[in-house]
Amino acid sequence: MKHTLSVMVENKPGVLARIAGLFSRRGFNIDSLAVGVTENPDVSRMTITVNAAEHPIEQVTKQLHKLINVIKITDLDPDNTVARELALIKVKSDARSRGEVMQIAEIFRAKILDVSRKTMTIEITGTAEKIEALELLLKPNVAEIVRTGRIAIERGEK
Amino acid sequence: MKGSEIIIESLKAAGVDVVFGLPGGMVIPLYDALFDSDMRHILVRHEQGAAHMADGYARATGKTGVCIATSGPGATNLVTGIANAYMDSTPMVAITGQARSDLIGTDAFQEADITGITEPVVKHSYLIKDTKDIPRVFKEAFYIASTGRPGPVLIDIPSDMQLADIDYKPAGRINLPGYKPTLKGNRKQIKAAAQAIAAASKPVFYAGGGVITAGAEKELLALARLMKIPVTTTLMGLGSFPENNDLSLGMLGMHGTGYANYAVTHCDLLIGVGARFDDRVTGKIDTFARHAKKIHIDMDPAEISKNVAIDVPIVGDARDVLAGILQELKKMKREPKKTAAWLEQVIAWKKKHPLHYKDEKGAIMPQFVIEEINRVTKSDAILCTDVGQHQMWSCLFYTHVKPRHFVSSGGLGTMGFGFPASIGAKVGRPEKTVIDVAGDGSFQMNIQELATAVCNDIPVIVCILNNGYLGMVRQWQELFWNKRYSETAISCQPDFAAVAEAYGALGMTITDKNDVGDAIRTAIKAKRPAVLDFRVKAEENVFPMVPAGKSIDEMIGGHKS
Repeated sequence: MKHTLSVMVENKPGVLARIAGLFSRRGFNIDSLAVGVTENPDVSRMTITVNAAEHPIEQVTKQLHKLINVIKITDLDPDNTVARELALIKVKSDARSRGEVMQIAEIFRAKILDVSRKTMTIEITGTAEKIEALELLLKPNVAEIVRTGRIAIERGEK
Repeated sequence: MKGSEIIIESLKAAGVDVVFGLPGGMVIPLYDALFDSDMRHILVRHEQGAAHMADGYARATGKTGVCIATSGPGATNLVTGIANAYMDSTPMVAITGQARSDLIGTDAFQEADITGITEPVVKHSYLIKDTKDIPRVFKEAFYIASTGRPGPVLIDIPSDMQLADIDYKPAGRINLPGYKPTLKGNRKQIKAAAQAIAAASKPVFYAGGGVITAGAEKELLALARLMKIPVTTTLMGLGSFPENNDLSLGMLGMHGTGYANYAVTHCDLLIGVGARFDDRVTGKIDTFARHAKKIHIDMDPAEISKNVAIDVPIVGDARDVLAGILQELKKMKREPKKTAAWLEQVIAWKKKHPLHYKDEKGAIMPQFVIEEINRVTKSDAILCTDVGQHQMWSCLFYTHVKPRHFVSSGGLGTMGFGFPASIGAKVGRPEKTVIDVAGDGSFQMNIQELATAVCNDIPVIVCILNNGYLGMVRQWQELFWNKRYSETAISCQPDFAAVAEAYGALGMTITDKNDVGDAIRTAIKAKRPAVLDFRVKAEENVFPMVPAGKSIDEMIGGHKS
């Protein structure tokens, strides 16, 4: 089962390496990872998605807690969480196909960021499924994709 | 004040009076400051020795051990010692020099990313990037190393940080938002544990090193006595419960006593205290204590239900939790003879499956050497060991009665640990007789520390159980690999007594069983470092033994026939 862990850490050098090391050491594969500072500049939040059963996720959470720089870990409940990721997709497209690509982008409420003679770059924000759906539609012409990894926050008041 | 002097001040502020180390280019400033201080420094001959000495010192005293090495190879030489301390939860602070901060990342001379290299084997680590951080970092490091579940903390200090001259301000209050060990056990859980203990008719205590760390041996003894519960200990827990008590089952696990393993297999309640259900203890995990409800008391929440599912988990300090359970039980109605039949069964197992070895005419049996050490020292020595057969015989044939009197590499299983650890133990407890039981293989892994013992006048006694083999591997080859002794025969070896003499220590070779006790007595009286080379029976095995992957009640060997 896929888990989204929201990990608050002290904003100090080496913290990312400690966390990444712990996951690999305990036999977990990180699906995606996004890091950024929070409203408190001394604290960063890592959003880590990982595929694991209940018992191993509990074990890795406990091990994460033992890292001195880790302040708080939440295994986000998918029903009570809003999650987004962002992707930049570069599509091969010339004058003939440009209109079609723009139409598809519009359906997905994606933005066109850059247009060149032979390519277009699209920005899309949404769930992983939405991004994958767009990717599927554009597939034969996709030149490059960059994805951020998921960020997530709990719904409602803190 | 220079950074190097601030380091010394910070060590003093942490209550340190002795450090183990070896200088090198990137710690010259630190050693220069040490030169003027009254800090005792034990100069080692290899940095691995320094780490194990700090470890042995910590285990024997309960204080945090400190070791120092230079950058690069000095630091990497500490790694085994740090990993060893991590696996056995020893409080240790390792200080390493580092290349000048502006050179870090350039593959400078003797530069090694030691915080990176040690990351999986430290409780925490620091790379100092500003001299004014030194007091805070040292205060935090000693706090982290010695509290909660103890462990090693590494502080890497670039040479320019040691040289910078700043105003010294002692560290303020510790602020670690992500580090808050749980000391007090949950009262509800304590009550639940007390009820489970009162309801059990076949309970067993399974005590580990955490009992010793917490100083909970009195509480354990009181609880065992009150409820008449037999106690088995892990290797790390030896000394947490007196083995001369009738309720003692000795050690359990792969080389545990038959009666301990049978008791754990058949108990209806297993009370794990400061132990971590390690594979050397549990054997085949699905059958371990298969009829038992399980209580687990541990400082580290990550140990609860890690390997074995637990019914009553209690996170907290073993002493606090055991005292709480004791209090609860005293308030409750108890059936005084509830465990009587169970104790009778345990006695029957003890009679049927005692620890045993067959004497061989003309040979010195290795087990006999351990028994003689036990007799001569009246079970009162600090016994250190390396890893292998001699270690298991030391576990089994010595009577462990006091905490912090058995110093052995449990989790990592580090050959070469025992001798330097014994030096550290003797530095910490100079009034005690300190004996290192070694193998002829493992002793050679840190034999150079003979110079450290002799030059610093640290009279430890090394008892080599010399069988000319890497004995434990040979035993596995004999039992499971068709006696193909691939690379385990090491009878081509130095004359250990002559080596000892060459270093300035007392050296003796013992080939007659009748001389064993006298040799030990002579070494103790000599009050100087000594090496006793006992030529023991070569192909003797450690029994009983649970083959890898088997249930712990499926032991082989050791039956009295």
